[in-house]
Amino acid sequence: MHTALLLEMAAEALADRPAMGLATAPVSYAELWARTRAAAADLARRPGDNVVFIGLNSTAVPLAIFASGLLGRPFAPLNYRLPDEDLRRLLARTAPAVAVVDDDMLSRVEGVPGVEIIPRSQFEAAALAGAGRDHELPEVEPDIAVLLFTSGTTGEPKAAVLRHRHLASYVISTVEFADAEEGEAALVSVPPYHIAGVSAVLTGVYGGRRIVHLPAFTPEAWVEAAVTEKITHAMVVPTMLGRVLDVLEARGESLPHLHSLSYGGGRMPPNVIERALNRLPHVNFVNAYGLTETSSTISVLRPDDHRAARTSDDPAVRRRLGSVGRPLPGLELEIRGPAGEPVPLGESGEVWVRGEQISGEYLGRKLIRDDGWFPTKDSGWLDEAGYLFIEGRLDDVIVRGGENISPGEVEDALRAHPSVADVAVLGVPDDEWGERVAAVVVSRTQANSEELKAWVRSRLRSTKVPADILFRAELPYNETGKLLRRVLKEQIVSAKDHEDAAAS
Amino acid sequence: MNLKPGSRWKSAVCAAEAVVVRPPNAEVVLACGGVPMLGPADERPQGATVAPDHAGGSLLGKRYIDAETGLEALCAKAGEGSLSVDGRPMVVKDAKKLPSSD
Repeated sequence: MHTALLLEMAAEALADRPAMGLATAPVSYAELWARTRAAAADLARRPGDNVVFIGLNSTAVPLAIFASGLLGRPFAPLNYRLPDEDLRRLLARTAPAVAVVDDDMLSRVEGVPGVEIIPRSQFEAAALAGAGRDHELPEVEPDIAVLLFTSGTTGEPKAAVLRHRHLASYVISTVEFADAEEGEAALVSVPPYHIAGVSAVLTGVYGGRRIVHLPAFTPEAWVEAAVTEKITHAMVVPTMLGRVLDVLEARGESLPHLHSLSYGGGRMPPNVIERALNRLPHVNFVNAYGLTETSSTISVLRPDDHRAARTSDDPAVRRRLGSVGRPLPGLELEIRGPAGEPVPLGESGEVWVRGEQISGEYLGRKLIRDDGWFPTKDSGWLDEAGYLFIEGRLDDVIVRGGENISPGEVEDALRAHPSVADVAVLGVPDDEWGERVAAVVVSRTQANSEELKAWVRSRLRSTKVPADILFRAELPYNETGKLLRRVLKEQIVSAKDHEDAAAS
Repeated sequence: MNLKPGSRWKSAVCAAEAVVVRPPNAEVVLACGGVPMLGPADERPQGATVAPDHAGGSLLGKRYIDAETGLEALCAKAGEGSLSVDGRPMVVKDAKKLPSSD
């Protein structure tokens, strides 16, 4: 089923309701559908297999997603924060293509062979013009809806393939059509090249909410938009939430209109979610876990789970605040060992998932198995009530003398120390143990490594105590708040080699 | 009838349209208003009307299921005719109560 049908249905049922834009200049569902058809007619006149998008969040994003969908051409948003050379190399891979590009970014991408550039202003003007609105569009068999390039911290970025059937299945199985109340507004602050930036548009439209795009995230702009646009729903990644809370606390702002705040895209530090629950007691918090390759969310920790975890006397219920909740109904999820065999309940292993929304495919490479099961490369375990705990990427789990150690657990312990501002824990090669635990700490005040080791020892098993503690001024993150563990690991391993060489 | 997932069907007797979400496990006839549905390019026949016992209507955005064959269809345009599979009325699938996560 076609993702453009989601908008067509909303335009039919909710014609006059605001679909996107600011409260002072809303665009209705009927108008968004008409503009989408005109934009598609404009794109149809230009050759190209893909519709590339290079730009900040704006009202052009839903337009480009649905217009390319209508034409049966993949929508390929690229990361405009990449250095020019990398951006151009990626753009060249999408040829033959049409690229919608923010006007102030045009000079960065001109002259790539096989790519026709349309300035964003011109793309939006064509959508506004009446000419294309009644244009008969060819019937197309929908296939690939979206190509999302991975951040690619090592090697060339891979293009994850999401087909119309994956995304449409995700939307209609998780959102009740036109169920949003009049006046609901969703703030989208993740960039358009992130899976959540795409899924937010699709689910927002199908539910019948007004979508407000924050051009680019800063905590001040987020809070400003949430207040003036009377935002009711939003999604943030963990680093965004911490910074938003700083601004809310400084301003004494309580966001009375905010009804639901979901978070995902990385591990949520316990102290940040605790702070958020205290600061915004009227808000329903949702922890959403998913991957690009799974068309966004596959597991959710619901608002009542958050409340139960805070008020329960049962430690098993309390610790669920650190889980990602339970898998969506209609999806199958299993924890398996290295040979693909199921592991006993409560033991950790690789998270496997199967369902209609699961793509598990890159251009030129399929990871999904013939029986539909997809190995996520995430390590996790399930508790007896079916709550899923994610320990991190399988590659990041530290194997010390045959014992699996989750970096996140050690990070949480260290982060609870008053002088630790930020921390990353990783495994470094060790002659005796295979790997040993190393912690890289950004300290708030002078901390001493022996004191931090003793702190961890008083909370966790001794094998989990970092053997090395290094101090750094900051940790490397990508722009959506993902810690670049591999970069950090290379830095500390090569620094260590250097020291060893100097010492010998 | 090739009721493959994603295939779109229109009523022969009213404005209703449906999209197959999950295919049936057997060869069946999907009907609206008591009359077999048509492909998107087919002409609606003149003079055909909704049968009185299939006039409950189809509601936009609702998912309809046939428990016997597993066929599930999404109503993409509302109409006066109701959906049926080999004469059995399809029933509305319960709304899911999932919190917003995007």
